[in-house]
Amino acid sequence: MLGKTAGGLFWMFRYLERCENTARLIEAGWRIALTRTSDGDNEWESIIKTAGIRDIYAQKHDDFDAAHVVNFLLRDGDNPSSVLSSIGAARSNARLVRTALSSEVWESVNEYWMAMKSALARPVSARNLPKVLQEIRYRTAIVRGTLSGTMLRNDIYNFCRLGTFLERADNTARILDVKYYVLLPSASFVGSSMDNAQWENILRSVSAERAFGWLHGGEITASGVVDFLILDQRLPRSLAFCNAKIRGNLEHLENDYGIHQKSQDLAKKICMKFDGRKTSDIFEDGLHEFLETAIRDNAMLASQIEQDFRFYG
Amino acid sequence: MNTPTRFFDEMFGSADGPRSPYSQYFDWFEGEDPKELRKKSQEAEAFFRRIGITFNVYGQQEADERLIPFDIVPRIISAREWQQLEKGIEQRVRAINAFLHDIYHRQEIVRAGRLPKEIIARNDAFLPKMIGVTPPGGVYTHIVGTDLVRTGENEFYVLEDNARTPSGVSYMLENRETMLQMFPELFTKLKVRPVSSYPQNLRRSLADCAPPAFDGDKPVVAVLTPGIHNSAYFEHAFLADQMGAELVEAHDLRIVDGRVAMRTTRGYTPIDVIYRRIDDDYLDPLNFNPDSLLGVPGILDVYKAGGITIANAPGTGIADDKALYSYMPDIVEFYTGEKAILQNVPTWRCSDPDSLKYVLDNLSDLVVKEVHGSGGYGMLVGPAASKRELARFEKKLRARPNAYIAQPTLALSTVPIMTKKGLAPRHVDLRPFVLVSPKQVRITPGGLTRVALKEGSLVVNSSQGGGTKDTWVLGD
Repeated sequence: MLGKTAGGLFWMFRYLERCENTARLIEAGWRIALTRTSDGDNEWESIIKTAGIRDIYAQKHDDFDAAHVVNFLLRDGDNPSSVLSSIGAARSNARLVRTALSSEVWESVNEYWMAMKSALARPVSARNLPKVLQEIRYRTAIVRGTLSGTMLRNDIYNFCRLGTFLERADNTARILDVKYYVLLPSASFVGSSMDNAQWENILRSVSAERAFGWLHGGEITASGVVDFLILDQRLPRSLAFCNAKIRGNLEHLENDYGIHQKSQDLAKKICMKFDGRKTSDIFEDGLHEFLETAIRDNAMLASQIEQDFRFYG
Repeated sequence: MNTPTRFFDEMFGSADGPRSPYSQYFDWFEGEDPKELRKKSQEAEAFFRRIGITFNVYGQQEADERLIPFDIVPRIISAREWQQLEKGIEQRVRAINAFLHDIYHRQEIVRAGRLPKEIIARNDAFLPKMIGVTPPGGVYTHIVGTDLVRTGENEFYVLEDNARTPSGVSYMLENRETMLQMFPELFTKLKVRPVSSYPQNLRRSLADCAPPAFDGDKPVVAVLTPGIHNSAYFEHAFLADQMGAELVEAHDLRIVDGRVAMRTTRGYTPIDVIYRRIDDDYLDPLNFNPDSLLGVPGILDVYKAGGITIANAPGTGIADDKALYSYMPDIVEFYTGEKAILQNVPTWRCSDPDSLKYVLDNLSDLVVKEVHGSGGYGMLVGPAASKRELARFEKKLRARPNAYIAQPTLALSTVPIMTKKGLAPRHVDLRPFVLVSPKQVRITPGGLTRVALKEGSLVVNSSQGGGTKDTWVLGD
């Protein structure tokens, strides 16, 4: 396979994952705005921070008004992570690697892009927002389904998955890092309803609130949330889960190509940081530091993969 | 020649009812609800959008991907008509390959006085770097799109021999796919010859021309595209996909150990045959246009040393150059020893003072073409032109007569399209696709029918309001 094609597949799936993550963030923020009477702006600010776009947002807006933030996240062309920009980039990469995709995957991405172009042609009213967010989830699910149901489990598939899990791990780490202060053990003693809402929101922004409920019987604690999102191998958005997948995908490529690469060593090293780790250790060493390292590791791994498989000339 | 007023209609051109190739189709059509058929037209458009069969318009943003409008009424050609066309096309394509070999070697045709020397020497499409080079397998034009027009029951003309990088074959294939999905019952009633083997035949033709350096069991074929912003990108990706070939851009390629190699996830892998969809000029910045970012520096040297096959070969543009077009009947005769089966459109070379005078005197009846233009740009359709346009062209002709040829306005045949008011005639042309390998010439039955959707218009180019139709060649 061409290095460029591998890179195109990788980025196509990073952008698709980003679309979904952005939609989730909006959903979580929206819910807070609806259920709380004050301090809503604060929440939108932290969402902008989580998305890693505070600087470009500040160039356009000097408030965190819900309508501004939602519009910026959904459809602003100046925001490279907006849903509209991301799906455009995903589709553009899909065109680039069209020969590597099944027609089902290509068509599902192309239709996703057409649907978003029309749904996001104008600002979305509050009334229509749930419908648009639902459509984003639905479309993402279709792409994921066609990928899973129609693609060979070869190198192509593994590059798609690498993009997905690297983006997802980055997203989960960022969500936690922006809110790390509410998760600190000292904060958990406060146990006020505001903090509960914050934790709930964290869970919601990775679509894990119900799963958490099943596992923990509805009692939300700081260490419970941290354990779940960082260490739990069963949660498809936890850091441990994503990194184990990345390692597996790289192993598959190693077997397929018969070449051992630096990225494989790096992925192994990252996975060790989660194996057998306890939440209390993480808190002891500092949650913020742990997450910062995780984000940095993730970026390093991505750029090593890029080099190892010759994405660019 | 006067402006034609009557046109041959391929469906209704006979005195009593529809012409025979269309009779079964017409019976079916009469039994259909027009409203339902119009709905089918919309379905077809949605289908094309979903698959992404689009083209980019030059100078527009990436977001402006357009659809080439598709008309659901097929253009039908009888087995007998096709046989004759096939013979004529094969003859012409063989002659073109013999001509190219000659013109880059001994130039017998010039020595014999059948072609003026200046027409080659002063031509940008002639590549001196190809002199003395014989391409692998002896094939110059692996892929040809011969543009044909029809003016009567038995009158066909060759309008252009596209011997460089003819496009449109993906539309031929997708148009058929669309028709099969929308009107399966028609294909059970009529024996329509399939076109779907084109990609496999293309692959075979290319593989049959593997270069001397090839030493595996299956030649590695790649399609070279300028990239996703090119107007025909869809087609490049489509063909690569259908052939199971890699789709590469210049920055994926590098010359390694005397071979052209592509950057893969495992390192550099040599390519044997490259189907390039970029022009000669951009192919090799070391040998041609130094500013080209689309080409591979040094590829021509690898080619000459037998390290790669380039399809079509560099320098084939001389064969479809408009300055040479009027000599085609002589060229066919010179190399095949037979009279040309397909007619040429009568052509005035404006470089000749008498012809120029005639052209200027009759400008409003003629079509004037720029010798190096393509895609319907830089062209004057006399009968449709305003006084100002005529005056503008007159100036151009006087200033650079060498740059123009003129032809009578042909009475292009019509085929009906589906409109809101039912069937209505529109002008069409036809581009059959020809594949040449050292062993044989393969012509896909049918080709791409382009149709001018505007009433009365004679310009079928997609960039200027043209659409397409599925083309059916009936079995015996």
